[in-house]
Amino acid sequence: MRLSHLSLVDFRSYAGLELALEAGVGVLVGPNGQGKTNVIEAIGYLANQGSHRVAQDAPLVRAGAERAVVRGAVRHEDRTAMIELEINPGRSNRARLNRAPVNRPRDVLGYLRTVLFAPEDLALVKGDPAERRRFLDELLVARAPRYAGVRADYERALKQRNALLKSASMMRRAARGGQVPDLSTLDVWDAHLAKAGAHLLAARLELLRALSPLADKAYGTIAGHPGAMLEYRPSCPLDPHVRDGGDTVGVAPAPDPMGRGRRREVDELEAALAVALSRSRAEEVERGVTLVGPHRDDVLFAIDHGGGALPAKTYASHGESWSFALAVKLASYDLLRSDGIEPVLLLDDVFAELDTARRTHLAAVAASAEQVLITAAVDADVPPELDGVRYRVAKGSVTRGDTVT
Amino acid sequence: MGRDAARGAVLAVYEGVVQDLIDELGRLPNIGPKSAQRIAFHLLQADPVDVRRLADVLVRVKETVRFCELCGNVASAARCRVCLDPRRDPTVLCVVEESKDVVAIERTREFRGRYHVLGGAISPIDGVGPDDLRIRELMTRLADGSVTELILATDPNLEGEATATYLARLVKPLTADGALRITRLASGLPVGGDLEYADEVTLGRAFEGRRSLDV
Ligand SMILES: Nc1ncnc2c1ncn2[C@@H]1O[C@H](COP(=O)(O)OP(=O)(O)OP(=O)(O)O)[C@@H](O)[C@H]1O
Ligand SMILES: [Mg+2]
Ligand SMILES: [Zn+2]
Repeated sequence: MRLSHLSLVDFRSYAGLELALEAGVGVLVGPNGQGKTNVIEAIGYLANQGSHRVAQDAPLVRAGAERAVVRGAVRHEDRTAMIELEINPGRSNRARLNRAPVNRPRDVLGYLRTVLFAPEDLALVKGDPAERRRFLDELLVARAPRYAGVRADYERALKQRNALLKSASMMRRAARGGQVPDLSTLDVWDAHLAKAGAHLLAARLELLRALSPLADKAYGTIAGHPGAMLEYRPSCPLDPHVRDGGDTVGVAPAPDPMGRGRRREVDELEAALAVALSRSRAEEVERGVTLVGPHRDDVLFAIDHGGGALPAKTYASHGESWSFALAVKLASYDLLRSDGIEPVLLLDDVFAELDTARRTHLAAVAASAEQVLITAAVDADVPPELDGVRYRVAKGSVTRGDTVT
Repeated sequence: MGRDAARGAVLAVYEGVVQDLIDELGRLPNIGPKSAQRIAFHLLQADPVDVRRLADVLVRVKETVRFCELCGNVASAARCRVCLDPRRDPTVLCVVEESKDVVAIERTREFRGRYHVLGGAISPIDGVGPDDLRIRELMTRLADGSVTELILATDPNLEGEATATYLARLVKPLTADGALRITRLASGLPVGGDLEYADEVTLGRAFEGRRSLDV
């Protein structure tokens, strides 16, 4: 697929932008602070309804404006879909598909798929578990948009349960353990949380099973030797039979080519989550927050040089961390491609960070993409094999330059 | 930060009764500060006769409309029209969140039993627990055993589902000897939605296809 047109209203530094885009390589060139990343960020937002730079939407709206609009025409095979997002910080966003309003913004997810490489990717390796969860969940939704609904259900149930736990813990504190708070509805929230959580977990585990070998392969190509490992680290035992102090949990069930075990896996995860919730209930009531479940899980990134796997977060060198982040992103690109829909590749300021070998590899991947958009401060930062349309970015405007061949 | 400061400045400009009006309007559901301000200025510029009529109807509605002492539906007497109608089947009870859901279900003409209006759904975020809903009244109505089917028609969203699950577990002891059947509206209703917005055909079909609820 490719993005054939992008329009922005009051997005970041752009009061208004109309930009026609072509297949193949497009390079946004301009000095620092002119608005190159803002364009990439807008395209990423159109695909994922989230920014790769900030967690909140407010900074995305041009200073002084009330809302931002991002609109894109996506060509896939011989059809064009028009998606439009209105970003209203503090309130809910609104979305349109082919000019008609949709019920919920998440109904337009999946029409545009992107894979974005940016300096921020280093946080995948070095940052908090939340970074890795977000990466997994975004990829999950990109592959199957219905998971946006599963995520929303889980988050809503979590919010309700936390609100109940918080009021219970406040009541307990006020009564110094005398009065017992009414927890008669906690069972109900546990049941709903375990159900939504199990669907989310099963999907994450399945995704990781598909992603791991691709990441290892990509790491091998970039770093010169294999040994990248991705392993799901749940916040509670996922085997329903482990009731007490299970340290390690097998999370990779036997291969199941017929997919028959899928339903059973979800059921088992639901049972495991229910057990974990009931086991941690006393502490949760005490602290007023849900302590186990997919919102507390992590993915371990580890590198094995031959002498055993070491966690990349604490052991990897700067270069190795970069290679790992790059490998994980390349793996997600491969995975999306293998589903049969070419995602739009977005490369923000990455070439300047890489050594020659990694530059060459990434350039080769980029050259093979149906559409790739690259930002660079100067033309020289872009590997020469990536010929294509140049766009000059200056002071919040983008003008088409010459095609370099 | 600049945006919040700007909003604060807007609010501080008006004083006295104009600000009171904006504040009161802003307390209404789905009305933000901007809308409250727009409505307030609309009222300030409107014909005094129109505004007087609005004020009258607001006062009258509070003085004359009551809630049915039996089911909690809106009523103009001690009991609502449905509870007073002798042709309605007293053995089938349909539990809904709000009076507007009664209106939606009545439009389908599919249901001939009676209602119980909870007054909302369980939602800790909004500080609504079982004690804030008319659940004790429901248990009282079920106590004499004359109701044989309880239909849980709360909204098909998370809070509605949770409320249904809670009620089903609560009344489960009454189902032991087969004296009471608990059913839930068939899916087909848009998930994440409000009963009120379901169209008549869909809602009617949901009633026909209601299923027993196991807990
Ligand atoms: N909400 C906003 N309102 C107005 N201007 C904004 C907003 N957010 C960011 N900007 C401006 O946008 C510019 C940054 O744009 P962007 O990050 O796209 O730069 P860039 O061209 O990618 O630069 P670099 O080469 O340094 O990465 C900054 O000047 C910043 O002040
Ligand atoms: Mg930039
Ligand atoms: Zn009544």
